[in-house]
Amino acid sequence: MQNENNKNNETEIIPELTRKHRSPFIEVFYRLSKSPLAMFGLFIILILIFCAVFAELVAPYSPIKQDLMHMFETPSASHWLGTDEFGRDILSRLIYGARVSLQVGFIAVGIALIIGGILGAVSGYYGGRLDNFIMRIMDVLLSIPQTLLAIAIVAALGPSLMNLMIAVGISAVPSYARIVRSSVLSIRNMEFIEAARSVGSSDLRIIFRHIIPNSMAPIIVQSTLGVASAILNAAGLSFIGLGIQPPNPEWGAMLSGGRQYIRDFPHMTLYPGLAIMFTILALNFLGDGLRDALDPKLRR
Amino acid sequence: MSDKNNNLMLDIKNLTIYFEMDEGIVHAVEGLNLKLGRGESLGFVGETGAGKTTTALGIMRLIPEPHGVIKSGEIIFNGEDLLKKSNSEMRKIRGEKIAMIFQDPMTSLNPVMTVDKQIAEMISLHKNVSKSEALKLAGDMLELVGIRRERMHDYPHQFSGGMKQRVVIAIALACDPELLIADEPTTALDVTIQAQVLELMKELKQKFSASMILITHDLGIVADICDKVAIMYAGRVVEYADKISLYSNPLHPYTKGLFKSVPEIDNDVDELPVIPGLMPDPMNLPSGCAFHPRCNTVCEDCKKFKPEMQELEPGHFVACPVVAEVLKKEKN
Repeated sequence: MQNENNKNNETEIIPELTRKHRSPFIEVFYRLSKSPLAMFGLFIILILIFCAVFAELVAPYSPIKQDLMHMFETPSASHWLGTDEFGRDILSRLIYGARVSLQVGFIAVGIALIIGGILGAVSGYYGGRLDNFIMRIMDVLLSIPQTLLAIAIVAALGPSLMNLMIAVGISAVPSYARIVRSSVLSIRNMEFIEAARSVGSSDLRIIFRHIIPNSMAPIIVQSTLGVASAILNAAGLSFIGLGIQPPNPEWGAMLSGGRQYIRDFPHMTLYPGLAIMFTILALNFLGDGLRDALDPKLRR
Repeated sequence: MSDKNNNLMLDIKNLTIYFEMDEGIVHAVEGLNLKLGRGESLGFVGETGAGKTTTALGIMRLIPEPHGVIKSGEIIFNGEDLLKKSNSEMRKIRGEKIAMIFQDPMTSLNPVMTVDKQIAEMISLHKNVSKSEALKLAGDMLELVGIRRERMHDYPHQFSGGMKQRVVIAIALACDPELLIADEPTTALDVTIQAQVLELMKELKQKFSASMILITHDLGIVADICDKVAIMYAGRVVEYADKISLYSNPLHPYTKGLFKSVPEIDNDVDELPVIPGLMPDPMNLPSGCAFHPRCNTVCEDCKKFKPEMQELEPGHFVACPVVAEVLKKEKN
């Protein structure tokens, strides 16, 4: 190794000759695994995803089958989390409800991220009139409270799962557009963007290969937090009857269904509430951990 | 080298670049003329704000919009006017024919991309090769600039400043450009690394037989690697000659002043001679010759007319009528 170094006219001291090079994905996961909170979050999310995908196998009962002999049962060995006003098993409803909630959370954020991200990147990169035009529209949307906007969209489109996702997604577009735009603005004038231009990269390539990867950190954090707020938002819409229609299970709808009985049977609202809380907490932990893991400067 | 037109690679005629700001128009480059032959390297010397970098960006057609405007002139590169090219034609020229090395290697590399990918980006933009081939070529380029292949998957922050500049050089040379524009490539580096990087550039320039424009304040660097020198002042070239005749016989009063202000290693002086006054405000250039308020041989005409470049000695161009006059008298 000494000889190798002498041959090389580098002044730098070279640590070891062969370095392991893991794929970026494994590298990120490796660093993520060092944060216990992020791993906890990931664990919960994975459990939820598992439940959502294999709900038929995991759930002990059907989520919609009524059993009027066993109404308002408190938790017991046969019904772990008790039953609701129609004798439906709350645990099973929660498990099936995860399907809807996760779907709404991720797809709504996906919609918001794609539309908002493209609008924000374009307006930040090109600036000028286009920027003004796009951002003023976003400001108008932003001036309407998010829930109200979602209510208006669902009311116009009619209540269904798809429309719920669209409504929640669109109402979140302006905040993504703003975040993406501001990080694009801070990166647009850096020298390496000029360098990229000087090697002949097109605008599109510069936006997708240089600007967006560099503005990833705030976007990832916003997205994981966004999944949480989308789930909340969807639950809120279901709560007021504009989301998932009964008898389909959804956490927000379960909350609203149990509301009338909260004095006598608090377990009906407690468990869906806990489910929402833990999901959001887990997503936030994961988001924080991901932000740290994805920043190449914090490596090693 | 000097059989004129066939060998001419770059011919800038009367280039004028303005920045139109709210406060006024910045005359960054004013009627600049410059010629560069194939395989030559030209040192571009001048104070901060003389328009060196703007000229370089102008050649690349990368003047920052919307303020920067190329007002007039022609940039003839290999017989074609770059200012008449479409954007997509220009993209093909950037990187493949004309490559640029930036001043600060700390900021001119993308911090979230491994260096091999950044070199490969240049290669795959201009050469018809697969991704894996491009990455392999990127590794070759790294070795060429003296960085071991094992480090190709590292991120820029894992390299020191000198090594980053080597990476930048590897990117610039990856497509075998005909013209390399180096914008103060060593300013951000310390002196020992500076010497290494310059040595590398000199060596690679030979190997790739590229022409080079080296922008710098440092007359020592120019003496080291350039064949020709252009001295720039307030957006114009005031003196242009080959290195030896310019260093042994500077003619323009500004150039003379510059050379006087370089410290000599044998002479122990307390204070270096300086050119009196300051660079003129580029928004408000003096009439006539922009240098006349600071010039010690100023005449009445200097205040009225913009001086033309004249070939006072073979290959030695000077934009100063007073010097021309003096030389003529000496000859007679």
